[in-house]
Amino acid sequence: MAYMIETEGLTKRFGEITAVDGLSLKVAEGEILALLGPNGAGKTTTVRLLSSILRPDAGWAKIAGHDVVEEGQVIRRKVGLLTEFPGLYLRMPALDYLTFFGESYGLAREEVKSRALRLLKDFGMEAESKKPLSTFSKGMRQKVALLRALIHDPPILFLDEPTSAMDPHSAKMVRDTIRELGHDRRTILLCTHNLTEAEYLADRLAIINHGRIVAQGRVGELKGQLLGPPLLELRLARPLDGLLSVVHELVEVESGDATWIRYRTPDPQSTNPILLRRLAQEGAEVVTLSEVSSSLEEVYLRIIGQKR
Amino acid sequence: MRSEVLHQSAWALHGARTALIIRREVRDSLRDWRILGPIFVLTAIFPWLMSFASQVAAKFAVDYGVADNAATILQQLVPFSLLIVGFFPISFSLVIALETFVGERERNTLEPLLATPITDQELYFGKLVAAISIPLAASYLGLFLHLGSLVLTTTYRIPVEALIQVLILTTLEAMVMVAGAVVVSSHTTSVRAANLLASFIIIPVALLIQAEAVLLFWERYPSLWMLILLLVVVTVILVRTGTRIFNREEILAREFDTLNLRGAWQNIIKMWSTSPSSVPGSYPKTSPSLPSLAALYREHIPAIIAKNRIALALSILVMLSGIFLGWWIAQAYPLPQGKIVLNGFLTSRFTSEWPELTILPSAASWWIFFHNGRALLVMAGLALFSFGAAPLLLVLPTMGIIGFFAGQAANLGYNPLMVLATFVLPHGLFELPAAWLAIGFALQIGLALMSPAKGQTVGQGVLLASVNFAKVFLVVVLPLLLIASVVETGITPQIVANFLKISGQ
Ligand SMILES: Nc1ncnc2c1ncn2[C@@H]1O[C@H](COP(=O)(O)OP(=O)(O)OP(=O)(O)O)[C@@H](O)[C@H]1O
Ligand SMILES: [Mg+2]
Repeated sequence: MAYMIETEGLTKRFGEITAVDGLSLKVAEGEILALLGPNGAGKTTTVRLLSSILRPDAGWAKIAGHDVVEEGQVIRRKVGLLTEFPGLYLRMPALDYLTFFGESYGLAREEVKSRALRLLKDFGMEAESKKPLSTFSKGMRQKVALLRALIHDPPILFLDEPTSAMDPHSAKMVRDTIRELGHDRRTILLCTHNLTEAEYLADRLAIINHGRIVAQGRVGELKGQLLGPPLLELRLARPLDGLLSVVHELVEVESGDATWIRYRTPDPQSTNPILLRRLAQEGAEVVTLSEVSSSLEEVYLRIIGQKR
Repeated sequence: MRSEVLHQSAWALHGARTALIIRREVRDSLRDWRILGPIFVLTAIFPWLMSFASQVAAKFAVDYGVADNAATILQQLVPFSLLIVGFFPISFSLVIALETFVGERERNTLEPLLATPITDQELYFGKLVAAISIPLAASYLGLFLHLGSLVLTTTYRIPVEALIQVLILTTLEAMVMVAGAVVVSSHTTSVRAANLLASFIIIPVALLIQAEAVLLFWERYPSLWMLILLLVVVTVILVRTGTRIFNREEILAREFDTLNLRGAWQNIIKMWSTSPSSVPGSYPKTSPSLPSLAALYREHIPAIIAKNRIALALSILVMLSGIFLGWWIAQAYPLPQGKIVLNGFLTSRFTSEWPELTILPSAASWWIFFHNGRALLVMAGLALFSFGAAPLLLVLPTMGIIGFFAGQAANLGYNPLMVLATFVLPHGLFELPAAWLAIGFALQIGLALMSPAKGQTVGQGVLLASVNFAKVFLVVVLPLLLIASVVETGITPQIVANFLKISGQ
């Protein structure tokens, strides 16, 4: 299977700091990968290496099969980059700004202009299209920066903290947009500190610290790896004496009393039906049986805490 | 055939993207009243003032009988005033250049551009042209207004050659300033710091304009063409360096220290302690210990001399050409017999010190030592401001004198080698190598400014070259100069005296 983003041992040093340290990643086409990590972990540097703005000191990276060192020009055509800071030309009107960037990809001006207008409209900024960007609010500027990354309709997107300056409403809009972009088989690398966002958007997570990937996988896998088997909660309509002793035979109970228990089992698929049958035999009336969701935050803090 | 078509379209693409950058930047400047306002004032008002002033000056000269008529005075005054009228607006290209090259990085607007297919060179040339185009347009307009008002109100007509030269000079000045600003400011990350460094550009350009003014005043058109040629060369060098420095990697990976004095001091210590024979850039992590004197002599000095061999070779070449030039001048313009009496002149100089001949440093030798050391230090400082040209230009006449002296001696029938061996060689044996090393390493400082080594910022390059200069200067040049000065006051006069006796005074 061909990967859209593939790196091996990617390393970048700034003087004595190793910002990215032997990073290996694989992202398939149409996948959204969230790169999670604390400040200074090397997220932005990674994105700059992958968009062929910086040169790696060691290792290699390929974007859509193109080498980042040898074929930067080809890569930049296929990649849309939302930079960490919006970095807009504040004296330019929004429409001119987007048109300028579209033209830098060699697209015809009229074509870019109509596309820019459509994007502005989709993001609710049609009325402001002729106003200079200096009059835009922080969140609106971030949105314009996102549109800049989309102007040439790239198959690969690198988004460095896309919702960092936005109010909840705008942030949700941007998240929904990113989700839609993911549905059109676009490959997206999303850098963020926002765990909820990562969990909501990403197919897979990679947690980076001190320039190294310290854990990666699907959200569920990561939780399983780090927090052990899932925690389940069972509630009864009426108290049942000896509930704990009954259950104890089958699963590992964490806590509970006569009306409820929390337990862990590595294999809920087979254990839960057996458990329920036993309880029914004992005359227990089960109201709910559900998984106590462990938060990604727990996972993240545990990983970062360990490796600090 | 097919590849040719592809080639052509590649050029068209370069052109289109460069034009895109130019258009955007020019429009952006036109939206900025902080730039437009002053340019407008300088263009619209200053030329009128200037032509008025020229006419008043001409009338004044005529009234006081300095000249026959106003036209002759204007003849000499106007090209000069054109130079000034042309220069004021282009001084803004420096401001715009710093704003677009350094300011963009400071405001984080450069990275989005770096993520597009625009190449580093397209970006560089687009910005370069954009930075000079508005000021240059204003400058041409100002020249036009100034000349126009003179044509309307006086009988003065400018010589075509002078007009063309003024136009070319103005254009080249703008290019040198902008290209120079890019190079000099490349290791700063704030416009404020870049503005401080911009004085490195303003000072030489101001001197240049004065030189141009003098040449124009005396209507030395051929010399001006030479100057134009020189400016073209400087522009090409600066642009070449600029394209090397201005690339994605260097812009974003650069260390972010803005005139950090403590950092610079630590850097100096590191550079001092590290022999260049070790891998460049791999300075020890821990605070390094200062090298012993023995290590300096045995390791550092041979290593940096080997590293600077090109600059050193160039210096010795210039020194030798100086001698030959002096010799050639002496042959071409022999002093008439008896006009200068070699023996008398020289004996008077040396015999005055005769009674106190001693090998120990005397007051005179200290003075020579101090004088020579200071001259070489000043030259190193000038190297920085002249991109390395000053040391070469200064040593040329100095060596020329030696050649000239030997040549005249030969004209008078002495053996020139004998004369040199007697008058120059004893102390020259120490002084000339000292001068050679100092010049070579000073030249390296200027060269570092123009073309920093790979993976180095201009600041680091200049710093390293300066540290290397300091090393060589302290442990080799100064001791040599000291010996030379002792020899010059103690031994040379004795040999000279003997020589004069032998040659039958
Ligand atoms: N141009 C540079 N020069 C020197 N050091 C740099 C440079 N760019 C980044 N670094 C260093 O590299 C490390 C990684 O930085 P990077 O910006 O990639 O982190 P990040 O994960 O994006 O952090 P944040 O979440 O704060 O944006 C940091 O220690 C940073 O100081
Ligand atoms: Mg970052």
